Amino acid sequence: MKIGVFVCHCGTNISAVIDVQKVVNDLAKMPGVFAMDYKFMCSDPGQNMIISEIKQKKLDAVIVAACSPCLHELTFRNTLIRGGLNPYMLEIANIREQDSWVHTDRDKATEKAVRLAKMAVAKAKRNQPLFPQEVSVEKSCLVIGGGIAGIQAAIDISSAGYQTVIVEKEPSIGGKMAMFDKTFPTLDCSACILTPKMVQASQSKKVKIYTYSEVEEIGGYVGNFNARIRVKARSVNMEKCTGCGICWQKCPVKVNSEFEQNLGPRKAVYVPFAQAVPNVPVIDCVNCTYYRSKRQNPESKGLCRICEKFCPAGAIEFDQKDKIIEEKFGAVIVATGFSAFDHKVYGEYGAGRYKDVVTALQFERLLNSSGPTQGKILRPSDSKEARTIVFVQCVGSRDESKGVPYCSRVCCMYTAKQALLLKEHIPDANAYVFYIDIRAAGKNYEEFIERVQDEYGVLYLRGRVSKIYRTGDGALLVRGADTLSGTQVEISADMVVLATGLVSNPETVKLGQMIGIPYDKNRFFTESHPKLAPAETQTAGVFICGACQFPKDIPDSVAQAGAAASKVLGLFSQEHLMLEPVLACVNQKICNGCFHCRAVCPYNAIDEEILKDKSVVARVIESKCHGCGNCISACPVSAVDLKGYTNEQILEQLQSLR
Amino acid sequence: MEEKKEKNGFEPRLVGILCRWCSYQGADLAGTSRLKYEPNMTVLRVPCSARMSPLFLMKGLTSDIDGILFSGCHPGDCHYISGNMNARRRFVIFKKLLEFAGMEPERIQMSWCSASEDKKWADIVDSVTIEVKKTGPNNKFK
Ligand SMILES: Cc1cc2nc3c(=O)[nH]c(=O)nc-3n(C[C@H](O)[C@H](O)[C@H](O)COP(=O)(O)OP(=O)(O)OC[C@H]3O[C@@H](n4cnc5c(N)ncnc54)[C@H](O)[C@@H]3O)c2cc1C
Ligand code: FES
Repeated sequence: MKIGVFVCHCGTNISAVIDVQKVVNDLAKMPGVFAMDYKFMCSDPGQNMIISEIKQKKLDAVIVAACSPCLHELTFRNTLIRGGLNPYMLEIANIREQDSWVHTDRDKATEKAVRLAKMAVAKAKRNQPLFPQEVSVEKSCLVIGGGIAGIQAAIDISSAGYQTVIVEKEPSIGGKMAMFDKTFPTLDCSACILTPKMVQASQSKKVKIYTYSEVEEIGGYVGNFNARIRVKARSVNMEKCTGCGICWQKCPVKVNSEFEQNLGPRKAVYVPFAQAVPNVPVIDCVNCTYYRSKRQNPESKGLCRICEKFCPAGAIEFDQKDKIIEEKFGAVIVATGFSAFDHKVYGEYGAGRYKDVVTALQFERLLNSSGPTQGKILRPSDSKEARTIVFVQCVGSRDESKGVPYCSRVCCMYTAKQALLLKEHIPDANAYVFYIDIRAAGKNYEEFIERVQDEYGVLYLRGRVSKIYRTGDGALLVRGADTLSGTQVEISADMVVLATGLVSNPETVKLGQMIGIPYDKNRFFTESHPKLAPAETQTAGVFICGACQFPKDIPDSVAQAGAAASKVLGLFSQEHLMLEPVLACVNQKICNGCFHCRAVCPYNAIDEEILKDKSVVARVIESKCHGCGNCISACPVSAVDLKGYTNEQILEQLQSLR
Repeated sequence: MEEKKEKNGFEPRLVGILCRWCSYQGADLAGTSRLKYEPNMTVLRVPCSARMSPLFLMKGLTSDIDGILFSGCHPGDCHYISGNMNARRRFVIFKKLLEFAGMEPERIQMSWCSASEDKKWADIVDSVTIEVKKTGPNNKFK
C-alpha cells in the first residue's frame, strides 16, 4: 500500500512553530510512504498537487497534516475523488488547532506533529473504501419558534414551493418584535412591518402554524426527521372561533398580562395582543374560574362558564385535550429567540422593588400606542406622567460578575431609540443615558445616535450608575459617575429604564439535547463555523437563526433566517442525499446472538436475522444506524465493528505511538 | 529511550481518545483561542466516547503508553443520546479491574469536556500530564 503524506505550512500558522521539513523527512522514512510539504494545501494549487501525486505515485491513501478535520475534511475528500480515489482513503493529522497553535516549544511541537502524522498513517493502512448510503429527502421543514426569524425562514422556504411547519409555544406568532412600538434606526412602526409578514405566513397554503404548541421529541437524521408535536388544549375550537372578542370582554377574571410585561391586565380567556395570528383566544387554565372550581371539586358542573354562554359561535370547549401530532421533516430550523436578563440580581438598582424602575421591554409597552397606557409615558407607581427619565445601559451585559461577559449588541441602539421616542412623546422631557461605551456599528446606526444627542437633546453620561433609591416624595434618586467630567452626579428621576441584556432562552439546554445540537458557555446555540457557516449546526439538516444563536437585531435576524432557508432549499433541491458510511456492521459468522448490542443501541438499529442453520444473529439496519459505536464495545465476541473506525484501525493507531 | 525515561525529565507519552462532537471540538477551540498546554498528549478521534473499548486500554498500556484519557460530552449532551453514560459504566468497571491488577489509577482517566470548554481542555491535559509525570514511566507490562 502506498501512502502520500502532505504537510501544510498554513502560511506560517503551522510552520512558525513546527519544523515542517523535519515532519516530511521523518514520515518519508516510513516504508511505503511518500511525503511532501506546501504553503497552503487547501488552495487550488495545493489540491492539484495532491491530485497529480495520487496519479503519478499511484497512491492508495492520503494523509493531510494541516488544520482540524472539522474545517477541511470535506475539501480534501473531494480532492481524493478528483484524484480517482475513494474519499474515505483520507486521514487528517490535526497539527494546527491541536499542535502549532497550542504549543510553543519547537522541538516538542514538531515531535508531536510527527506522532500525529504517523498515527494517521497507521490508521490509513487499514482504511477500506467506503460508499455513502443513499436516502430520500422529505421535502418539508420544521421551524421551531415563530418570532421574526422563524417567520421569515418559513416565508422564504414556502415561497420556493416547499411545505413548512412553524411550532410556536405562545398563543400567537410574532415573538418580541410584536411588543415594540418602533424599530431603530428607521423608526418604522414595528407592527406595520411585522403584521404583514405574520399574515403572509398564516395565509400561505404551504405554511402550517401550530401555536400554543411544543416539540416534544425529534428523532431521525437529515432528510428524514420524525417530530412529535404537542398542540396544547386551547379550550377554544379554532375552526369555529371567529375572533369576535366577546369572550374576553365578558370574562370576569383579570390577571397580569405577560405580553404587557405585567404592566397591564388580560383576562383568563385572551389573545396576547390585538394583531395576534391566529386571532383565536386561549383559556388560561390556571386562573380560569371554571377550571379552578373543577380542580377543587371534579364532580361539580364547574363555576362561571360565562365565555361559553356568550360565545356566538359555540367555540368554547372546556373538555379539549392536548393533541399529539407526529410528522416527518427533511430539515429543522431552530429560531427560539432570547429572554430578557432578570435584573433582580442588581441590588443597587432596587432588585425589582421599585415599581418605577422598569425594564426596556416594559418601556417598549409604555411607548406603544396599543400598550397598557395607550402610548402615554405614565409611571407605574402612580400613573403620573414621567418627565425625567434616566436610562441605564449594560444591565446584564458585559458584566462578568453577573455571568454575562458578552455585549448584547442591541441595547445601545434600542436605548437611543427609546430616548428619542420619549422626546417625541413629551418634547420637554429630560432624558439621561448612562453608558459604558456606545456600540453602534450598523448601517446608519452611528448617525442615529448622533441625531438622538444633537437633535433631540438626550444627555449621554459616560459612567456606571452606582445606586438608585427612593426619596420621600416618590421620586427616584439616581447616583452615578460621569467619568468624562470626573464628577459624581445625582439625578432626581420620575422613572428609570434598565437596558436589560439579552440572555439565552431558558429552554436552550433541553432543546439542544433533544435535537442534538451544541450550545456555548452562554447557552446560545453553536453555529457550525463562526464565519463560514453561521446558520448551520454540527448536525446535518438542522439550522439556526435569530437571537437563539447570539443577541442580534432584526435586520441580522432576518438575514440569518434567509441564510438558513437557503440552506434548507439547497437540501430540498436534491432527490437523494448521501449519508456518511460510518456505520456498524456485524460479522454474522462470529455473532453468537447474545444481542447485548441491541440493549445499548440508542436508535433501535439492531434487528434479528435467522440464518440458514436456524441460528439467530444480529443485523444492522443501516438507515437507522448513526455510527456511534455503542454496540461494538458491548459485543463480547468482537463480531460488530464500525466502518471507518474499526478496532483494527484504532489498535494500529495506538500501536504507532510505541 | 529507557534511560531518558528514568531521569527526572521524564516526558510521558499520553494518548487522548476523544469524541468528535464535544471534546475534540473543545480541543480545537483551545487552539483557536491560542491557549497553551503540555505537548505530551496525542489525540485520537472517535465518533463518540461510547466507542471506548477495554481493548484500547489494554493495547495502549501494553504499547508503552504512560497514560490514557477518554473524553466525551457532558452527561445529557452526547450526540448519540446516552453513549457517554455507557462509556462511563464500562470505564469505571475496567479501571477498577486494572487497579486491582496493580495499575496506577493516574494512568487511566476519563473526563467530560464540551465544545465550548477550551480552557477546561487545556487544564485537563496539563493535569493528566503532571499526574502521570509524578507516577513515572509505565513498565507494568515489561
Ligand atoms: C427592548 C428591546 C428593544 C428592541 N428593539 C429593536 C429595534 O428597535 N430594532 C431591532 O432591529 N431590534 C430590536 N431588538 C432586538 C429584537 O428583539 C431581536 O432582534 C428579535 O426579536 C430577534 O428575533 P427572533 O425571532 O430571533 O427571537 P424572538 O423575537 O425572541 O422570537 C422567538 C420566538 O420563539 C418562540 N419560542 C421560544 N422557545 C420556543 C420553544 N421551545 N418552542 C416553540 N417556540 C418557542 C418564542 O415564543 C418567540 O415567539 C430589541 C430588543 C429588545 C430586548
Ligand atoms: S458524542 Fe460525545 S460522548 Fe457521545
